[in-house]
Order: sequence, then structure tokens, then C-alpha cells
Amino acid sequence: MANYKETQNVLIVGCGGQGVILASNILSDVLSCIDGMDVKKAETHGMSQRGGSVHAQVRFGEKVYAPFISPGEAQVILAFEEAEGLRWNHYLAKDGVMILNQDRIIPPLAFVGMADYPDDALVELKKRDDVKCIDANKMAKEIGNVKVASVVLLGALAAMLDFPENVWKENLQKRVPAKALEANMKAFDAGFAAMKAL
Amino acid sequence: MKALLSGNEAIARGAYEYGVKVASAYPGTPSSEILKNTAEYKDVIYVEWATNEKVATEVAIGASFGGSRTMTTMKSAGANVACDPLVAFTHAGVNGGFVMVICGDPGMASSSTEQDDRYFAKLARCPILEPSDSQEAKEFVGLALDLSEKFDIPVILRSTTGLSHSKSLVELGERTEHECKGFERNIAKNCLLPAYARKLRTWLIERERLLTEWGNESDINRIEPGDKKIGIISSGVTYQAAKEVMPNASFLKLGMTFPLPMEKIKKFAASVEKLFVVEELEPFIEEHIKAAGIPVIGKEVLPMEGEFTPDRIAAGFIKAGIDLPRWKDMANIVANPPKSVPRMPVQCAGCPHRGISMAIKKLDLNVCGDIGCYDLITLPPFEIMHTDLEMGGSVSNAVGVVRAGKQDKPTVAVIGDSTFFHSGMTGLLNAAYNKSNLTLLIFNNSITGMTGGQFNPGTEYTLSGVPADPVSIPEICKALGVKDVHVVDPYDYKACLDVLKETTAHEGVSVVMTNRPCMLYPKKYVAPQKCEVVADKCIGCHICLKQCTCPAFELTEQTTDKGKLIPRINPDDCVGCTICAQICPKDAIREVK
Repeated sequence: MANYKETQNVLIVGCGGQGVILASNILSDVLSCIDGMDVKKAETHGMSQRGGSVHAQVRFGEKVYAPFISPGEAQVILAFEEAEGLRWNHYLAKDGVMILNQDRIIPPLAFVGMADYPDDALVELKKRDDVKCIDANKMAKEIGNVKVASVVLLGALAAMLDFPENVWKENLQKRVPAKALEANMKAFDAGFAAMKAL
Repeated sequence: MKALLSGNEAIARGAYEYGVKVASAYPGTPSSEILKNTAEYKDVIYVEWATNEKVATEVAIGASFGGSRTMTTMKSAGANVACDPLVAFTHAGVNGGFVMVICGDPGMASSSTEQDDRYFAKLARCPILEPSDSQEAKEFVGLALDLSEKFDIPVILRSTTGLSHSKSLVELGERTEHECKGFERNIAKNCLLPAYARKLRTWLIERERLLTEWGNESDINRIEPGDKKIGIISSGVTYQAAKEVMPNASFLKLGMTFPLPMEKIKKFAASVEKLFVVEELEPFIEEHIKAAGIPVIGKEVLPMEGEFTPDRIAAGFIKAGIDLPRWKDMANIVANPPKSVPRMPVQCAGCPHRGISMAIKKLDLNVCGDIGCYDLITLPPFEIMHTDLEMGGSVSNAVGVVRAGKQDKPTVAVIGDSTFFHSGMTGLLNAAYNKSNLTLLIFNNSITGMTGGQFNPGTEYTLSGVPADPVSIPEICKALGVKDVHVVDPYDYKACLDVLKETTAHEGVSVVMTNRPCMLYPKKYVAPQKCEVVADKCIGCHICLKQCTCPAFELTEQTTDKGKLIPRINPDDCVGCTICAQICPKDAIREVK
């Protein structure tokens, strides 16, 4: 994604409480630091705290019109949860990449037989070359703070975009609590390295 | 300095920069964050959560009478409530500049109706401005206030979800103070007795003519020359979506959609081969253009409902025979989305609405509902709210159901604390006065929860941070004439059952109020105790899962000796409300400190 003349689309999806909005805020902070970069971002509001899906759409380039990403046009989908990655799969561009966090959040209705978690479809999804699986929760646990899983994923996203590491880290610092800064920095590095290795 | 602001944040910034002194609102998605962000400037702007949108509008009108710049904000449904003072105020006109921000929700992401708010402008005969990004959202607040003062008229600023909840870059400026002019006594202008109002009506029509002239001249309605084959008239965030689809076409971007700049529209129409109107919801602009005898394509190819994402606009152009390679396969992709698990919103762990909702289900009551978090009981697995239209409707709907004469099951009304203050109280007064037979359940969680935890007369603070005296709902009910008033702990399932049985059997008006706070607001509740499943006692019947649908439950690999999965309660989520423990048939859930 070195060429930002054309509008670029990053779609971040997950469930309420996973840190989707935090990650999208840091990404748009980074983009706002770049001279001449136009940025638009749309996000879900409302029901998300009550068990719903959450998504944030970030678009950037020389001139961005609509704040919405169109189906089949996301260069990157960062999915915090497997079923959410599947839900938005049709938004992925032909040459796009989905970063899929191996986390499963089963909605209460699935327990009572009123919904099915899409296990079979996920097996197929994970086989694809353009789907890169990351276990951010496990990596966050290894760092010693489960809450930094979202920043592991942000690090993985950063590996897909060509912006200087220090810009990411300066903006990360502004958005996370000071006492968790070290863990967040480690998380960012771990996610970045993991994505580069894939 | 530039900042990435949502449309709502930018409107709040506009209120600050352009000298608003008083802002009053009732929350409603997608408008709620405007006042929340305006409160960041409470040193220079008085902000308040009003009890409803009519009240908020009247406070703002009063501030205009008093000579200051003022703003009120609301969602579409709120504008219905505020329509009465708006229509009256357009006749009178302003002293201090007045802007009413209405946020529509095409696509109904979080609204019960889909309506085109531009008709309020036509009805009230006042200008309506439609910003298309956050920079314009900020600037149009200033423009609205200037127009308001210049043309002696309230101005509507219209946003929609696509603008209110999307972010784009905004150049920030300093605040310009506008001195309060003071209250002006002018009976002939501000008192709408027919003798005065007839003259004001004539002046109102004249003001519309002057505004039309202004719109024909002003850059707010801007021609963007491009390919002459196709000309597109559009406004608001829909303009941006249309630009995404047809970046090379000629555009007439309307910043003011009432009154319409017909001269500019005629000029634009004459300059292009084929004219389109791209507008969300109703054919508002289209009808005006067709009435002027100008051929235009609009709703014959574009939908009348839903949010206008670029792919939906593109589908319309393709239907009109235009070749759009980027968009031609999009319809197929949209028509066949991947099948994933539905994530319907559920009540939070420890939600005070859960116990009383389960009691209603158990007793199989008819429920007339209202607007708030308790709406969720219309969804599976509860499905126990049977009517649910608009704010405050529950109380009088239930009165009417009983008056209709035939009911197999007892009927109750369900309303929340904020909605009760909004417009439930008048219905209760009516019911008590007219000796109705009503059981009203007030699901009180001491906050306006659904819209993000705004303060209301039942909370301990006001928006400006002043400690408040929380009002007593039972005392209000008594003052309204209700003698049978009960308070119940919604964490006590049996008490909920008992009070429902008693009050539905009672002739006359009864009120039952619950008394536990919201788990999320004003701050997330951290429980000193939790519940846990005792694996030895659990038989894997899943009654707890099915009846509570509490998000704290998980299923693990652990099974009973008969191979049934044993639920686990996630201690990070559980707040120890014990409702699941109270309904477990085997006493297999216990409280732990």
C-alpha cells in the first residue's frame, strides 16, 4: 500500500469491548499527522455495548469523498474476532489482506440453540492465502496483560501500511494509560513482527 | 490547526466558535454526542439536558428572546416532539441567532422511524442547511446563526447518521463572542395572537422570498462544472457518496435545501444533457424541480428508503443506463453476503431490567412498551413487549387497550425513568384523572441508558456539573393522583412476581418502580460479589442460559455425568445479581464474595 494517491480502505471489525474503536482512533491519529493526507472514518454507535458487532471504516488518500467503504474495496480488513471477519469478508478487495485474530466470542443466543456459530465456514476462510491468522490474545497473555491484544492487532496492521514506526508509537502513547505503556509498546512490536513473519 | 472530528463533534465546535451561549437538548441517536461535546465548553456555553425536545427547543427559543445565540439538538423523532414551538417561532422570528440541529437516521440504525426532516423546514417555512462533511458541519453552524439574525428566522441544521457518526478533518478556529442583546419587549412580534400572527405570516412568506434570493446568489449552493453529459444535484453526506460514484460529472451541491435556489437550479439544468437528483429518502428536491417543468431523473432509479451508500447510488445510475465499470459487480456482492452468526443486542450482565422482564414473561402479560434499553425485550428470547411506537406512548396505549373492552390477559405499560420524565408523566396524570385501569411499570435505572448514559432529573448531577436533587418517581406518581405505588427490587425475582400479580389484579391505576441502577452508567458497576455454577449439582438443563440470556454465561467442555454441557459464569462479567441462582431448579448456582 505504498501509493496513497488512490483512496485506501482499512476496515476494522470485532465485538463491543474488544478495542476496535481504540485501534481505529490510533490509525486515524497517525493518518492525521501526515501532510496532505485526507482522512475519513465511519464507525458504529449505539447497540455495540450490548453485545453487538462493532466496525470502523477508515479511508485515506489525496482526496476522500464518501466516509463509507464499498463492498470488495477494503485493502485491509483487521478482524478482532473470527465470525466478524467472516461477516465482512465480502468487503475485502481482490488484492486485499484480512488479518484474522483467532478469538471466538459466542453470542448468548448460540448457547440456547437460536443461532449457529459458523465453524465450517471459518475452517474454509482460514485456509485462504489472503487471510493471515494471528493469536493476539495468546501473545497479550505472554506479555502479561490480556488487555493489550488490541494493540498486538494494531501492530499487525502497521506492518501492512508504510508509515514510520515512531509516528505509530507517539500516537499509541497518547491513547493508552501511562502505567500500561510498556506492555502496549511490547504488544505493538510483537504484532508488527508476527505479521512481517507471515 | 486541524483535527479529525465527527460531524457531531464539529457541530459542537461550531457552537463554541460562533458564539452560542445557551444549548439545550434531549439525547437521541445519532444526535446525542453534540451536546456532550458542547459541554466541553461549559465555561462559556450554558448546557443542559432538558426533559424532552419540546422543552429543549423552548429553552433555546427563550435564550433567543433573551438576546443570545442559542442551539438545540435532537434526533428526527425528537423533532416531531419539538415541531410545535418551531412552527410558532418561525412566525415570530429571533432576537439572538437560533439553530435547531436535527439528526436523521436513514437506514434506521437506531431509530424506530425513517423520516425526511427537510419537510420540517417546508412546514415551518424556515431555512434548512445540509453540511456534507465535518468542516462544513462546523462552518454551517456559524452560517445558520448569521442567517438567523440577518433574516429574523430560526434555522434548521440537518445532519444524518452518515455525517454525525463519521469523522473528517476540520480546521479549528477561535471563539468569536456575540454579546447578549438583552430581552426585547415586542408584543406584536413575539405574541402569536391572530391579530399579530396574520401580519407575521405575511412577513414569513416575504422572508422566504428573500432567503430564496440569497440562496440563488450564495456559494452555499455551488455549481461544480464537470462532464456536461451528466449533471447531479445533491446535498449533505449523500453528495459525498454521489461524488464517490461519479467524480467527473457536473454537480450542483446544495448547502441549503429549503428554500431551494430555483434560478440556480434552472441555470445548472440548462448546462447539462441529463439531470439527476441524488437525495436520500423522499423526492423533496425532485418534486420542486419537476413542478418547475424541468426534466429530471430521481426516484425512478434510486431507492426511497435506507442510507445512500455509494454502491446503492451506483446501482441507480446503472439502472438509468450509465456504464460504471467500478460498480457493475457490486450489486452481486451485496446481494450475497457471507452467513455469519447474528449478534443481537442483549441485556447487560446484571441489568436491572432482567428480573422484572422474566417475571412479566412468566405471568404472560400484555405489554405496551416504550423507547429505551428495555426495548430489547421485544427481541428473542423474551419477545414480551407487544406494542412499542414512540416516546411516552406506553402509558396511554395501555389505558386505551383496557378501554377497548376485551383482553384475555392483564395489560401493563412499561416505561423507563427518562422516558417517563420525557412524556410519560402527562399520560399518567390523564390515566389517574380519568379513573383508568392501568398498571404502569417504571423500569428505573436512574440514567438515560440507551443513548449512552445522559443525566436526567433522577440523577445526582446536571450536565453542567452542578449537584442536582434527584427527583422521587414514587412521589411524582402520588402527586399525579396515583394512590397504589410500589417500589420493587428487580434482583428479587419472587418479589417481582408478587408485585405484578397484586397490581394487575388491582382496579384503578397502580405504579411499580424498580430501584437498581444501570450497570454501565454513570460508571461501570464493579460488583463485590459474583455467582458461580456448582458443577456437582448442575444437571445441564440450561434453564439459566435460556431464561436469563446473560452475557456472563459461557459453555465450556465440562459436562455432567449424563454428558450435558455445564455452563460457566465468567467472573469478569458477572455482577452477582443472583437472578440465575433464583431460577435454578437444582440450586446449582451460588454467590461467592
